[in-house]
Parts: sequence; structure tokens; C-alpha cells
Amino acid sequence: MNAILNFFKPDFLKQKRGVHPPEHKAESTQLPIAKLAMPQKLVLPLRQHIGNMPKILVSVGEHVLKGQLLATPECTVSAAIHAPTSGTILSIADEIIPHPSGLPDKCITLIPDGKDQWTNLTSLDWRNAPKEALIASLCTSGIVGLGGATFPTHIKLRSSGKLNIQTLVINAAECEPYITCDDMLMREHAEEIVQGIEIAQYLLGAEKSVIGIEDNKSIAQQAMQAALTGKPISIVTVPTLYPSGDARQLIHLVSGIEIPHDKRATEMGVQVFNVATVRALYRHFTFGEPAINRVVTVTGNVAQPQNFEVLFGTPLTALTQAAGGAKPDTTHYIMGGPMMGFDLPTPEVPITKATNCIIAASPHLFAPPPPAMPCIRCARCAEACPIQLQPQELYWFAKSDAFEKARDYKLFDCIECGVCTYVCPSNIPLVQYFRYAKSEVIAADKAKEAADLARERNEFRLARIEREKQERAQKHAERALGTKAEAAKAASAKKDAANEAPTTEAPINSATDEAAKAAKQAAIAAAIERAKAAKAAADATGLAPKNTAPANPAVQQEIAEIDARRKNVGLANTNEAPMTADAEKQAKIAAAIARAKAAKAEAEAAKQAQNLELKE
Amino acid sequence: MLTALYIMLGLALVLGLGLGYAALKFKVEGDPLIARIDAILPQTQCGQCGYPGCKPYATAIANGEADINQCPPGGDAGVHALADLLGVEYKPLNAEHGAPKPKSVAFIDEKTCIGCTLCIQACPVDAILGAAKHMHTIISSECTGCELCVAPCPVDCITMEPIAETPDNWKWKYPVIPIRAVPLHEVK
Repeated sequence: MNAILNFFKPDFLKQKRGVHPPEHKAESTQLPIAKLAMPQKLVLPLRQHIGNMPKILVSVGEHVLKGQLLATPECTVSAAIHAPTSGTILSIADEIIPHPSGLPDKCITLIPDGKDQWTNLTSLDWRNAPKEALIASLCTSGIVGLGGATFPTHIKLRSSGKLNIQTLVINAAECEPYITCDDMLMREHAEEIVQGIEIAQYLLGAEKSVIGIEDNKSIAQQAMQAALTGKPISIVTVPTLYPSGDARQLIHLVSGIEIPHDKRATEMGVQVFNVATVRALYRHFTFGEPAINRVVTVTGNVAQPQNFEVLFGTPLTALTQAAGGAKPDTTHYIMGGPMMGFDLPTPEVPITKATNCIIAASPHLFAPPPPAMPCIRCARCAEACPIQLQPQELYWFAKSDAFEKARDYKLFDCIECGVCTYVCPSNIPLVQYFRYAKSEVIAADKAKEAADLARERNEFRLARIEREKQERAQKHAERALGTKAEAAKAASAKKDAANEAPTTEAPINSATDEAAKAAKQAAIAAAIERAKAAKAAADATGLAPKNTAPANPAVQQEIAEIDARRKNVGLANTNEAPMTADAEKQAKIAAAIARAKAAKAEAEAAKQAQNLELKE
Repeated sequence: MLTALYIMLGLALVLGLGLGYAALKFKVEGDPLIARIDAILPQTQCGQCGYPGCKPYATAIANGEADINQCPPGGDAGVHALADLLGVEYKPLNAEHGAPKPKSVAFIDEKTCIGCTLCIQACPVDAILGAAKHMHTIISSECTGCELCVAPCPVDCITMEPIAETPDNWKWKYPVIPIRAVPLHEVK
């Protein structure tokens, strides 16, 4: 009913969404930010940011200097890791990291040498250097969003070329209970923050900058106001209401722009930075310092809650000891706030870029939740949800594994702020259901992607095998065709050779060879002609055959005698007569021989042809 | 009388032409049912179902030749999805075709590998890299865990390694609602 009434109300009368849990901020703001003593060892997880793991540049046993690059960003969405102090690399191995899973991940362990010796730092005059150089130096600065999201900062600032950012919103709301690190940072380093805002505004090309501070941080607001005198940056005080520190909520509160659920803030011309991030920007450009430390609130069940400037990689135990030690009834530690934080698996985990607050938990501070009761459909969660989702519906879908339905009800717009769980009168851990549903959907999507890839690769492989098969078959066919043609050619050549011998009309078997035969015969005829012509020429010149040269007188006499005998016999009247008769006879003999040869050749050809056929 | 006849004839002609055009224009390529079944199958291409891949199995299901409970990698969820799609009763996985196993990838012991290329020929998704007489290796991001490369290896250098849980692929667990109030960290 309230939701319906709200719909018709004007904006300023609408019921405020969100909750206001007990703040518990005063405990840790009593003392100024302290610097932590150098711990015995530093464990640096390679994944301290959203995106890809950076590439390790150092090896075990190597001595490194403070601020030296240990791992360089790989791909665009990645951030560098630097040595927080000078020392020796002890190991590069899997260690337990501060993650809700409690699983180990790759870490670089550094043993400090106590000298705390800086490497060569190069500062940049951001007002005069080209923007490209500034962004390039940011890429290896290791600076990520220090509000907790740990998104690499250089990507957010790089977008200036493509997107038109008009408003820069500085998130100083710090809406979660217990956390005071941004509050203390503003109180003590307002100047640095303001200069950092100027750098971010310059890099983004934004027209204006707005700082959003919750109205429970009056000292920090005064400090900021003092630092801002004469600067065109405004402060907007927002009511203390969790979760107004969420980027979209804060943008709406300070600028009135509502970001549609399917759009990014940058598409609407707004970019958001946390105060600690802009301070890191300032220190990076002015002193050349990479991201090696941050301010962490240690509070809850410790003797002296306080904020500390902590090197990344510092073990949690060193931090709690500095805060006077955890009280004996401490059961576990929470990283982050009580609303969105998670239980740490062991007290040995290192402080990372995402660690803004450590809360020592005890039963009297965080009473174990009473057993969950059935949902009574009061819709109190729907009224409190800052994103205006329907948590009660999502709960049913997540509980019954109807993930597609949950997705339709915009499960992925949920910011997991925990307001619904906080207001639920049945004590249902709604956010846990949503986290479970989200990770199941993400896993299913990944599996689907992998399956699609496997299908594509399998189909490609089958297509390739088919193509190779066809190519092979074609090659075989071509080769078979080639050998057949060659065989036929050889056979016909043999037949030609056989047909060539007879001068008389030999029977022609194959009709195809006729043309070749005619040509050959023409050539033979031509050759005969040539020979005849040569003979005639020789006759004309009067050259006698060589063997008709005058022999010795005895032989000549014999010839004469024979001729005389012939005359007497009367066989021939003339000298020519016996010659012609002789020629006729010889021609007849030659013809007979040729005929015989032809017959033989024909028989042979026929036999060979038969053999070929048999072979085929 | 004739006018009515002409009108009817004309209508029949126009509608017939329209339908004929639509049949050509909006022709559905392939069997959409097979594609929809194939989309549910896990694409492991392991052949445990008795068919030489997920697509042939999908075709067999669509033709009514195969049952829906022959795919162990798809698991119970896969059978449920198939039953929903085809409007048939759910039935538990057929043990004949094997039991569901945790997802794993093949691993080649590169010291033992002799470079025979037999596994490369067996891999249904070309996830093994290598050449004759050269060491082979698995492209683990492409491996479906079908185990088809394990059997042909003459030196048994391929093992199946279950995919370990890392912070990357870790999933939030289903909320445990204690009957007795226990602090959350003790539940873990």
C-alpha cells in the first residue's frame, strides 16, 4: 500500500529508501590516523583489484626497493603491484587471501629489510604534461578505487576521450556503520584530497566537481570547506542513510541525475571517485608514489579502535595488535562494514587495496541472527530496497533455483547492500540468497559460453575432416584419371609404331589414329620425294655411284664377258632390260617381306592391346 | 452467381500466392528442435550417450531414437531441462552411460609423451596442440573433459585433473538456515 501511495507522491515527500543502523563511528574517530610499525613480512596478493591478474616481474630471492614495480598490469583491466617497502622476495606462492571463499591465491611474500629505501620516483607536473603521459603513468601506478570496488583508476580516467563527463562526484558519504577511514582522511588530509579532485577533474575534462558528504561528518566537512576556499568545487551534504554511499544513490542525491539500470554513470556524463582514490592520485603525480598504502579503520571488539595508515600486505594480526589487541571474546574478523562486509577466514590474511575496515566481531556486538522464519510477504524489503527491486519475489526465485525468473526480475541490478536482510522481520538472509543466485547464474553463463565454444570447435573440426576427405578423394580421382590417360596414350603409340612399318594398305584398327597415320605417311612420302630429288640431282651432276668406279681390268673383262654371254643367250636386248626385270623382281620380294612384317606387327599389337585390357 | 465464383477464385489465387511466397521467404533451415536440444546438451562431445557427439545425440532424441537420460556430463539438471523442452516425464540418468563426474580437464605428462598424435586425432574440439614426434599439450581453456584422448594414448601419459576451486570460480553457497542459532563462522 505504501509503495502505491509513494508512487503518487511528489519527489520530496517520498518515503526515503534505505535504513539507518547504529553508526558506531565515534569509537574509531577519537585518535588521529597512526602509522603502523613495519611488520615482519608483507604478503601481496596479485589480485587486489577487479580484472586480470598482473604479470610478475620479480623472482624469489630478489632484493627490491620501496615502490618498485613487482607485477605489471596485463591487458587493459588490470592494476600493478608495487613493493610497499624495501626487502627481499621470500616466495611467490598461494596464500590465503581476504576473500569470502577463504581460498588461497597467488601472492608475493616480501621480507622487509628495515631500511625502507625508496626506488627512484618521478613526479609529473600534471598541469603542463600531456594527458596521454599522465594516463600512461597512472597505468603502472597501481591505483584502484579505494572505496572498496577496486576498479583500476586509469580506466575510469582514460574514458575522457570517448565520453563527455560533465560532473565529477567525489564520494565521501561513507554510509556504512563502523567505517571511518574516509572521515579521518578528510579531517587530516583535506588539502591533498582537494588537489586530487583538481587532477581528476582536469583529466576527465569535467565542468564541475561535487563532494557528497553525509551529515554525520561535520568535522570532516569543515576541514574540506576550509581546504576548498577559493576553489570552484562544491560540497553537498546528504542525509545519513544507508546506502547513500552507493555510486548511483549518491549521484542522485548530489546532482539529481538518476542513472537508468542498464546504463553506466559515465554514459550520463557523471564519474564517481572515492576521496581516498583522489588523494592517491595527488600523491602519485606530486611525489611519484605508487599505491603502496591506505588508511584502514580497525574497530569493533578491540582495545583501542583507531585508523591506521597501513602498507598493503600487512598481516591482519599486526593491525589488531596496534589497536591494542582484540578482546578475548573476539570470535572472528569482518572485512568491510557490518552490512556488506564478509567474515575473514583466518586472522592471518593480509590487508589489500580493498580493505577499508576491519571489525573484530564478538557475540555481544553482532548477536548471531535468530533462526529464519517463513516469509510473511510484508514487502518491507521492497519498501526499503534502494534500487526499487522486489526482494521478496527474488527470494522465492532464488530459493527455488528459478534463476531465469530471478534474472527477469533484475537480480543483477541488486547491489547486495543488505538493507532487505536488515529490515526483514522474519530474519531471512535475503542477500545471501541473492549472492547465491548471482554466482549460480554467472557460473551457468560461463558454462554456456564454454559449451558454445566447444560446439563451434567441434563443428569446425567435423567440417575440416569432411573437407580433407573430399580433397583426398578428388586427388585420388585425378591421379587415377591421369594414369588411365597415360596408359591409353602409350597403347596408341605402340599401335602407330606397328602401323608405320607396312607400306601397303595395312588394316587400320583404331579410327582415332587415322589422322596421325596420314601425317606420318605424308612425311614418309615427303622423305621419299626428297631422296628421289637428291638422286636426280646426283644423276644430273654426273656423279656415278661410288661402287661403279672403274675396277681393275680383269673384273672389267669379266663383266664384258658376262654381258656378251647374255647377248648371246638373248635374254635381254638392251642393257636396261635385265635391270627393269631385276627391279620388278626385287620390288615384289620387298612387298612380300613388308606384308609378312605387317601381319606380324598386327598380331603383336593385337596381343599387346589384349594384355593391356587384361591389365586394366 | 458468377461474380461470387470469381471472387472466391481470385481470393484463392491471391492467398495461395501469398502463402507460397511466405513458404519460400520464411523457410526454416534445419530442424529447430534439434538445435534447441543441442543447446541444452553440455557439448562435451564425449560420446558417452552412444552417439558420436552432442549433435547426433540431439538428432536421435528429436527423432525419438534415444532417451533423454543418456548424458552424464549434463547431469540431472540437463535431464530436467530436456524433459521440460520435450514435454516428457523426467527420468533419472541411465547408469549404463556412466555417472556424472566433477568437471575436469585432461593433462599430458610432457615427459612421457612420445608425440604419436593419436590423442590429437581423438580430440573432438581440437584442444590438443602438437605435431608428430613433438611433445603435445592440452589447451586447457578449450578442453571439455570428454576423456576421449585418454584411451588412445599408447604410453598412458594423459590424466584427467578435476578443476580446482579458486577465488575466480568460487560460488556463494545456498544459505544455511540454522535450526539452532550458531554464529556464521562456526557454520563454515
